Amino acid sequence: MKILVCITHVPDTTSRIQFTDNNTKFDKTGVQFVIGPYDDYALARAVELRDQTGGKLTVLNVGEAETDPTLRKALAIGADEAIRINAYPKDSYFVAQQIARVAQEGAYDLILMGRESSDYNGGMVHGMVGEMMGLPSISPVMRLDIEGNTAKLSREIEGGKEELEVSLPLVAGCQEPIAEWKIPNMRGIMSARSKPLTVKEADAYDVHASIVSYALPPAKGAVKLFDKDQMEELVKLLKNEANVL
Amino acid sequence: MTSIGKKQKSLKSDTFEGVDFYQLDELFTEEQKLIRESIRSFVKKEISPYIESWAQESYFPSSIVKIMGDQGIFGPQIPKNYGGGGLDYTAYGLMMQELERGDSGMRSTASVQGSLVMYPIYAFGSEEQKSSLLPRLASGEILGCFGLTEPNHGSNPSGMTTNFKDMGDHYLLNGAKMWISNAPQADLAVVWAKNEEGRIHGLLVERGMEGFSTPETHNKWSLRASCTGELVFDEVKVPKKNLLPGKSGLGAPLMCLDSARFGISWGAVGAAMDCYETAKNYALERIQFGKSIASFQLTQKKLSEMLTEITKSQLLNWRLGKLMEEGKATTAQISMAKRNNVAMALQVAREARQILGGMGITGEYSIMRHMMNLESVVTYEGTHDIHLLILGQEITGISAFS
Repeated sequence: MKILVCITHVPDTTSRIQFTDNNTKFDKTGVQFVIGPYDDYALARAVELRDQTGGKLTVLNVGEAETDPTLRKALAIGADEAIRINAYPKDSYFVAQQIARVAQEGAYDLILMGRESSDYNGGMVHGMVGEMMGLPSISPVMRLDIEGNTAKLSREIEGGKEELEVSLPLVAGCQEPIAEWKIPNMRGIMSARSKPLTVKEADAYDVHASIVSYALPPAKGAVKLFDKDQMEELVKLLKNEANVL
Repeated sequence: MTSIGKKQKSLKSDTFEGVDFYQLDELFTEEQKLIRESIRSFVKKEISPYIESWAQESYFPSSIVKIMGDQGIFGPQIPKNYGGGGLDYTAYGLMMQELERGDSGMRSTASVQGSLVMYPIYAFGSEEQKSSLLPRLASGEILGCFGLTEPNHGSNPSGMTTNFKDMGDHYLLNGAKMWISNAPQADLAVVWAKNEEGRIHGLLVERGMEGFSTPETHNKWSLRASCTGELVFDEVKVPKKNLLPGKSGLGAPLMCLDSARFGISWGAVGAAMDCYETAKNYALERIQFGKSIASFQLTQKKLSEMLTEITKSQLLNWRLGKLMEEGKATTAQISMAKRNNVAMALQVAREARQILGGMGITGEYSIMRHMMNLESVVTYEGTHDIHLLILGQEITGISAFS
């Protein structure tokens, strides 16, 4: 079985987020980048499925050279080879187009990624890739088993869970508890040194979205406590100050 | 519960991020940073949730040995064909830093297995000893210990009385070793003993050999999650093939100690970073006189001094790693780093404890555990004073202890 896992290269979830150039650029100073947490779940499950079924696991990132260490980590976790599409990931549509092209060429049985990246949280790429390739696309997938040419999946739906059986190939956006994150061991890190990491140039596509400016969410206010006989005051503040009623 | 389900799991999450005031990360390779991150994640998953409970109950989780082996923690600097990691010394140092950030006892288990058991077998062992034992030690299938110190010979190992006689088809070993990490659980002991001519040799003593016992040292206030004991040899018949043939004399065990002390220099910085980060976070949250205690000058002084000392020790370690990799590091240079960094960590732990006030003495925080652990680390693998005298000898050319 051929598996493609698409990973993002995102700031660690504990990073302090700041902007420069009049709030038009993300400030990378001192920021540590990691494999997107949801992508990491997809990768962990892909390693298990590859080990169960044999075959090959390819990991893919759309990004510039700075993302190579993130791909190398994916190789240390267990991917067999890596591909980097050498382009800044300008928007979801652009990224989906690059992925779809590589996925088409490689004829993969499974194309996995996180349900969304943890930087821009668009959650659109898996759907777009499925559409561009004419394949079923399912998200958020919490369980994924393979039996022959069929994938058995569970995904979260509004107020419940859906069990599905889908023929391969397919695209899936994954989330916990599909697998437990894998920590690369020293053997994996050493063997990642010699695994292939291929850089491919991006195809030119139109970019549909661009960043105008960034803003941080408002700072958290202090908690206000009310006695049970102060209901009127509470409702007034919820209406006028918090603007939630 | 994860793989070690035996003890209570802490509900507190470990949010350690590391301390890098001088942007030392720019000096490490991407691979070294990945190794550090991996061990940091390993500690957060396998050690931090349980360590307070293990330490409080003086419990050595023997199942951690196999888990550490799977992670590749044992003998990272031993070549790959013997099951080691084939990594450089800086990577080894970073691993020890992260492990000791979790707990000095856990790092001790790894130091002993890697530097004091695997290293002498690799450096002085026969091909048969190397190929049969190193892969099993690397994977954590078997646990080793290192017997040099004796009840009456600590800082003066050359005075050891443990000895063996050549009986023709085997050696007969007699004597006792003390303060041996891993001893009660070890399957294998690398034991240093004198032959009939008084020359020190290394012998591989296996659990189950008649006359060999490993009584545990109880009631320690330090390294409580690591097991410590004695090695007692009462007319133990040791096969001749169990002698390490490659090197004899006190220089052989001292070479092992160089490698272990290098790991301790890094490990101590890990413990200090954990104490510093804990104290910093606590100071920012703890309110007294209507504001956080981080607002007060004396708290800021403590934190500033901690960060300064940690940064200096990190620089010492980084350079020492380079010297080790180039084969240029001297025993005196290693002594300086071990002595300075452990004393630094102990001082940081004490200052951090003060910032936490009463909370600092509880098992809710790691500081007092680190502090008690470091009270062992400051005297094991060469006491604080002996390392000073090694430096004194280097400066003056005169030995003050022989």
